[in-house]
Amino acid sequence: MKFSCQKEWQKGMPQSILFDTDSIDLSKETLLQLYRMMLEIRRVELKIEELYHQDEMKTPIHLCVGQEAVAVGVCAHLNTDDYVFSNHRGHGHYIAKGGDIRAMIAELYNRETGCSRGRGGSMHLIDTSVGLLGSSSIVGGCVPIATGTALGSVLQGRNCVSVAFFGDAAIEEGVLYESINFAMLKNLPVIYVCENNLYSVCSHLSKRQPNDDIYRRFQGLSIPGYRVDGNNVIEVYHTAKKAIDSARLGGGPSFIECRTYRLRDHHGTGSGVEVGYRTQDELDEWAAKCPVKNFELFLVERNLMTAREVEQFITEIDREIDEAFKFAQASALPDENELLNYLYQ
Amino acid sequence: MPWTKLLIEKQEPFPLDKTGEGVRELSYVEAIREALDQALALDEHVLVMGQGVDDPLGMFGVTLNLHKKYGRDRVFDVPLSENAMTGVAIGAALTGMRPVYLHNRPDFLLLAMDQIVNHASKWGYMFGGQVRVPMVIWAAVGRGWGSAAQHSQALHGLFMHVPGLSLVMPSTPYDAKGLLITSIADNNPVIVMEHRWLFRQTGHVPAEMYAIPFGQGIIRRSGGDVTIVAVSYMVVEALRAAQELQQHSIDVEVIDLRTLKPLDTEIIINSVKKTGRLIVADTDWKTGGVSAEIAALVAEKGFNYLKAPIKRVASPDVPTPASYVLEAKFYPETADIVSCCREIVGRKS
Repeated sequence: MKFSCQKEWQKGMPQSILFDTDSIDLSKETLLQLYRMMLEIRRVELKIEELYHQDEMKTPIHLCVGQEAVAVGVCAHLNTDDYVFSNHRGHGHYIAKGGDIRAMIAELYNRETGCSRGRGGSMHLIDTSVGLLGSSSIVGGCVPIATGTALGSVLQGRNCVSVAFFGDAAIEEGVLYESINFAMLKNLPVIYVCENNLYSVCSHLSKRQPNDDIYRRFQGLSIPGYRVDGNNVIEVYHTAKKAIDSARLGGGPSFIECRTYRLRDHHGTGSGVEVGYRTQDELDEWAAKCPVKNFELFLVERNLMTAREVEQFITEIDREIDEAFKFAQASALPDENELLNYLYQ
Repeated sequence: MPWTKLLIEKQEPFPLDKTGEGVRELSYVEAIREALDQALALDEHVLVMGQGVDDPLGMFGVTLNLHKKYGRDRVFDVPLSENAMTGVAIGAALTGMRPVYLHNRPDFLLLAMDQIVNHASKWGYMFGGQVRVPMVIWAAVGRGWGSAAQHSQALHGLFMHVPGLSLVMPSTPYDAKGLLITSIADNNPVIVMEHRWLFRQTGHVPAEMYAIPFGQGIIRRSGGDVTIVAVSYMVVEALRAAQELQQHSIDVEVIDLRTLKPLDTEIIINSVKKTGRLIVADTDWKTGGVSAEIAALVAEKGFNYLKAPIKRVASPDVPTPASYVLEAKFYPETADIVSCCREIVGRKS
């Protein structure tokens, strides 16, 4: 028996001009903030990758190299009291929401000073002071929880928005449908952000879903669905603004599919090419669409940013990162006698 | 916070066995409804949610008309999405709400195991205690009338296994109210497992709000020959058995655990120390269940007090059948406890 559903699969976005200059109506300050935040996430990830082989960060890392624009473009519109929930690939969401980098790195080093006191590890980041209320490594796991925070906000009369970040595989989980059904029923201020990086571990989207139309998957529930180039921070920014503003004004939930690509393997430090589930050509094609580098080129070409400013950003960011790693490495490990702490209150 | 005050000032660990004229009696269902009513009145953060909680049946009557008093924002029907709605309750709890999510049957909780076990139970610990999930999941175990394999499972053994959850199984109207109040006041996820056959019981229930602390079992009947440790509906069967055995001069002590998690180990060990004989009576399956856990506990901590091997009265390891002939064989009852007691004290006939 032969399955007849092999369709033409898009490899990603068509090779459009990444940054449509006509649509850029953002201030220089905003543009530079977006760039700086993406650069910060990128450099944190690269530093983690560089030191991971030392085996001092004893936790499975899931780097978001290549996906920075999604977290940054969405979180740029969020206030401290807005809620964000993340998944196993959550470093970028944590940083973009304003999470303390020192505490995140300390968590990777399994320290008591870690953002989850060394109980969570890389896949369970939290920073309650900025509204990041947790991340789950069960695919789709945070989606209903984010929906519930939106319910809580509404019932308490707070004008907050909740955001759930998840990957393309979460679409395959029933809990997505269940959550969106409820969010639409109650018109909740929650934004569902799907980072479609085309792979679940080693499995391509075409092996898991019948159509390449994630953004339209919940049309039957009447939720507005958008598809954006997830490597284009401006596009993510504009679409997220539309969705978040609407939610804040009582317009209910939205769904955004951000098409992107992880330039690293599912976990660890490789690219995945050596494993054999994707080719070097495919990787190169996406590396050419790097969200950070392309945005940098654009800003420099448009004279919105100088090479010197880039250098300055790098210096500042690297200093911050170095401090974070030093802080983490110098921090105490949890006391083994406190194994049972925090289970109940 | 109203709950802290309540828990500190109104804890009443032991119910008063008041009967007779002038004593306020309520049915089991009315007691639960009163707990929900008073919790909703006390704290606007309390939510009551579940399939049909605002319908004319009101979830066996325990939520009847509460939506009329508190509005459908706080007492609301939900889609049949047990997993997502459990997550929604978790999320609401993270923002400071205190949701009570009611289910007709625990069988449906199996659809929500991801959110209960992977998320609700772990959110506090996994993030170093920086967030808490104050929520209650309530379900009523069914029995009889051919309810069969998927409408009469007693699944509390599964939940007792999971760190981070609390597990409550009342047996009297007094406890049903007081333990539900404590569950709502608790800052952690609590599973309240009711039994359908207790709902028509009546008993003394004070009108005011009161909380019964977790982890404190109660001696329902004092005796010196055999200890029966029971929960939920099996407490009723154990007390019936004790009455019958009295006629045969076997003096039975009946312990009602009230909460399985936390578990009152002290009350069990102390009783076994006195009687030297233990029978565990549970509504769950025998293998790997609550009765196994309690037997293991006594084997570990009270072995030297035992005069005879521990016996267990629990469901056989098959799904619940529909036919009443098979049902009768499936469910352990008073007679099974009686014969166990006779055996354990060495009176076979």
